[in-house]
Amino acid sequence: MNFLVETSYWLLRILSIIRVALRALRRNKLRSVLTALGIIIGVGAVITMVGVGQGAKNQVEAQIASLGRNVVLVFSGNFSSRGVNSGWLSAGTLSVPDVEAIRLEISDVVGVSPEVRRSFQVAAGNQNWFTSIVGSSASYFEIRQWELINGAGFTDQDVRGATKVCVIGKTVAEQLFGEEDPVGHIVRISNVPFIILGVLAPKGLSIMGTDQDDVIIMPYTSAMKRLMGGTMLRTVLVQTDSFEDLNTVREQINDLLRQRHRIAEGKDDDFTVRTQEEIAQMATATSRIMSLLLAAIAAVSLIVGGIGIMNIMLVSVTERTREIGIRMAVGARSRDILLQFLVEAVTLSSLGGLIGIGLGLGTAELLSKVAGWPTLVPMTAVVVSFVFSAAIGIFFGFYPARKAARLDPIEALRFE
Amino acid sequence: MSAVIHLDAVHKTYHTGEVEVHAVCGVSLNIERGEFVAIMGASGSGKSTLMNIIACLDRATGGRYLFDGADVSMLDRNQLADIRNEKIGFVFQSFNLLSRTNALENVELPMLYTHRRVPSEQIRERALQALDTVGLADRAGHHPSQLSGGQQQRVAIARALVNKPSLLLADEPTGNLDSRTSVEVMGLLQRLNEQGITIVMVTHELDIAAYTKRNVVMRDGQIVHDDPVANCLNAETELRRRKQADQTVKLAP
Repeated sequence: MNFLVETSYWLLRILSIIRVALRALRRNKLRSVLTALGIIIGVGAVITMVGVGQGAKNQVEAQIASLGRNVVLVFSGNFSSRGVNSGWLSAGTLSVPDVEAIRLEISDVVGVSPEVRRSFQVAAGNQNWFTSIVGSSASYFEIRQWELINGAGFTDQDVRGATKVCVIGKTVAEQLFGEEDPVGHIVRISNVPFIILGVLAPKGLSIMGTDQDDVIIMPYTSAMKRLMGGTMLRTVLVQTDSFEDLNTVREQINDLLRQRHRIAEGKDDDFTVRTQEEIAQMATATSRIMSLLLAAIAAVSLIVGGIGIMNIMLVSVTERTREIGIRMAVGARSRDILLQFLVEAVTLSSLGGLIGIGLGLGTAELLSKVAGWPTLVPMTAVVVSFVFSAAIGIFFGFYPARKAARLDPIEALRFE
Repeated sequence: MSAVIHLDAVHKTYHTGEVEVHAVCGVSLNIERGEFVAIMGASGSGKSTLMNIIACLDRATGGRYLFDGADVSMLDRNQLADIRNEKIGFVFQSFNLLSRTNALENVELPMLYTHRRVPSEQIRERALQALDTVGLADRAGHHPSQLSGGQQQRVAIARALVNKPSLLLADEPTGNLDSRTSVEVMGLLQRLNEQGITIVMVTHELDIAAYTKRNVVMRDGQIVHDDPVANCLNAETELRRRKQADQTVKLAP
């Protein structure tokens, strides 16, 4: 009870100080707005930047997720070898027995699928389309978390027999068959007829910005024997049991393939193993640098804004020396004066922060409407920037407030 | 009963550059409860410095000052602020009202800094009461710029009274007022004194000092005279006399 009375007393007191501070700020409207401008721009920039960054990050994450779940990718060629970079998709150094070895010898692997890919002109009825053909094993759909909206996928049997079957992506289905159900129809790829078993659920754009639904997927054996020729693979997808296994599996694949490819100690790999995580990191690296740069600019802007507040508070203290003297003469303690000016500075900076947050939200909204960028401002960013702007008020308002609190009452009263 | 103010060989020395200025040199003074004292003297006589020391705005550099029996020479800034807030009301020559707040809020000001917690509805009530005491209850919403000099000084007196101090100090309270308003303000102070408030004021006008009960005259930082006022003037009688004189002038053809 006593505690409640105490608390409400202090609340009322702080409220009355805030009221005095607001009145003082209202008295110099233009000056207050100009002073808060630094904070407004700083916080606005932070909110906009976070909104754009978060939006982009979400988009990339969705794209990474569309790659599949707990996926380790093995590419032929070496991404990071010095000297001649063979171009990581040009040299096929992975073989079908490599895939088998990974499947059999590495624990925690739940699915393995090669991926061969080339673009072909395809036709069905009187429609034709240029699309990419992907050859894979039956577990490919499970690895990539890719469901069928219609029909069925192919089986291991189809892979062993290199049968002429396929499933097609949404884009291809629309281009070749329009509204019609493509399941059971035939699509001719480079004059070879394939039976369409199913239609894939749409996945949208890839990290590279290509349409993932513009695809025809068939058993890799069929693709290699009947369409592309050759025996070497360029990409292998491996799915692990859990997220924690990703890195150990990555190491194990690395060791296994070095051994199988007879790569001597100290020589470079002729393949590259990447986890989904690493690919995500590569994809977000640029946006992270961008974010850091913008954060630096915002920080500078906030500091400059803070110095602006300090400057104007110093002017205000000088202007109101007599007022301070009067307040002290009627019994204000140093702490009362300190609090008054501190609250004024904090009010100024947090009002600036609020306006800045509004401005930032507006800008983010505008960017997504006009420029079509996906933006998303998290609540934490709003709260943090508000708290931060208030903290700037405390930090930069303290020195002027202390200067006011330390004035000598007689000197202050004598001040003209 | 101890004296409200007990000064014992109080000194105040300013160091301005190379020169030492002895503003107050060894003043001893006792002021009892209920007294009405005028401290007089030419400018530079040290009367304002003495007033600031009595008001706990400034500290003596030597001697002892007992306020209400307690030694205040050793108190720190905050303790002095508390005494100013709760036990002393101060009235300035230049009124010193906050120009951007109205009369009522000016009177409320000391209550915002009290230690005894005053509930907000009581703050308003007491401020209005104080304004009523000085006869300005109907001017509560006016800003200082909308008030005459005499009214502003009365608001200042209301502010000084609002925390019910035991001592009212006034530094040339009539210095910025015309003679008629001066008498009005003195009348107000006399009435307050009759109600039991101890009043000490600084003035250099002899006719104003005549409204008090005791005159202390200072010269060069020392007390040279300390006498009770023989023929104490009554402000109300004086005002009535003036009114009659005015009417006489008006009636004369």
